[in-house]
Amino acid sequence: MRTHRPFIAALLLACLLAFVSVDFAGSTAAKKDASADPAVRANHADTMRIEGEKRFHANCGRCHAAPEKFPPRMMATVLRHMRVRATVTADDQKFILFYMTQ
Amino acid sequence: MLFVAAALSLLAVCAFAQTPDLAKPVPILTGNVGTFSFVTAGQNLIDTQVNPVLLVPLGDRWMIESRAEFEGQFQRPLTGGPYQGPVTKHVDYAQLDYIANPYLTLTVGRFLTPFGIFNERLYPVWIRFLQPDPLILPISTVDSDGLMFRGGFPVGGRVNLNYAAYVSVASTGIDSVDSERHVGGRMGLFFPGPRLEVGGSWQRTLQDERKNAFGFHASWQPSKLPLSLRSEFARSYEGSGYWAEGAYRLSQVSFWHKAMRRADLVGRWQQFFVGEVGSDADAQLNLPAANTRQADFGVNYFLRDGLKGIVSYGRGFSSAGNYNQWSFGFAYRFLIPLGRVAGPPEAQ
Repeated sequence: MRTHRPFIAALLLACLLAFVSVDFAGSTAAKKDASADPAVRANHADTMRIEGEKRFHANCGRCHAAPEKFPPRMMATVLRHMRVRATVTADDQKFILFYMTQ
Repeated sequence: MLFVAAALSLLAVCAFAQTPDLAKPVPILTGNVGTFSFVTAGQNLIDTQVNPVLLVPLGDRWMIESRAEFEGQFQRPLTGGPYQGPVTKHVDYAQLDYIANPYLTLTVGRFLTPFGIFNERLYPVWIRFLQPDPLILPISTVDSDGLMFRGGFPVGGRVNLNYAAYVSVASTGIDSVDSERHVGGRMGLFFPGPRLEVGGSWQRTLQDERKNAFGFHASWQPSKLPLSLRSEFARSYEGSGYWAEGAYRLSQVSFWHKAMRRADLVGRWQQFFVGEVGSDADAQLNLPAANTRQADFGVNYFLRDGLKGIVSYGRGFSSAGNYNQWSFGFAYRFLIPLGRVAGPPEAQ
């Protein structure tokens, strides 16, 4: 049992980390485009798509060739899987999902 | 008690969690099918495998994922007669993930041990450059049954840090669910600009010999060339070694462009050194029973998305005897939604 104590401490620390960063996670996810101007939105979409393509090639190309695009709900699942499997960052996940569903 | 406390904590966090920007995910059945013929030192082995992967997203932050392996390996007996051999089945992972925040994902259940990069990320037959496993793959990659913390996040704008820390608390010896007790971790730095990743792994077994193992990995995809390079090194009680491989997409070749852009030239160089455990034990662990060097070359041709044909040749140099290894075959990745999906995205 004694040898497990450091791991128990690590577990508790990780749970604490989960709690204290909830605000950050919520605020990041809840950010919305407040602009109502279609031109601004289109420009924003272009920026998202370009950035998404760049992040797609940088992240996904580490392991495999570029797959074809799938419907958005399937891509959302695949990217959540990759978030865990390939430790893709939250921002990369968002940009790549946008690019892969346009 | 600890797991109950952790579960309650996570449920509390989940109540605050929202990701309204993402499309609602749908359960998916994916995976790959492959059939290969390996001719090693004149002996033919037909290897056919199916690896279904089930992905079930729950809410905004949860995910159940599982992969099984059904593999048949058939050989013609030395005495002649029809091909015959075992059909094995194995649960590679069956895990519950909780994405707590941008820095932390928690995983419980059976998961692939994050030691190096091949076992977790490069193993599927539709992904790997060469179908024969790297010689050092069995080192510290026995499945884990327990708990894992992991995540990836940007640090300073030019680099992403990724990490995994895990403890495997179960030790089972049943063929289809074998695992061992161990703790370990992996940390890597990914530089998106130059597309370079470097990292290291460590593991300590909590049973039998209680030995340490460590490893390093690196991968690089230069942005100006259709080239991918990656490598791993591992050192353990069972042995040590490394592999380095590359794939070059012939998309820059000026002739037969339509066909060439679908072809990869691939190559791998690797070495293995028998460890303190001895050659007999290494053989039981599917490691070479003698110091070995091996070079492989091949071509992968992508017939369509997810379907590729492969051919490769390898030459092994071992104190137990040199050998040739040919491989031919096909690998296919499938992806099937298990629910309603939106219409296909607009063509680019």
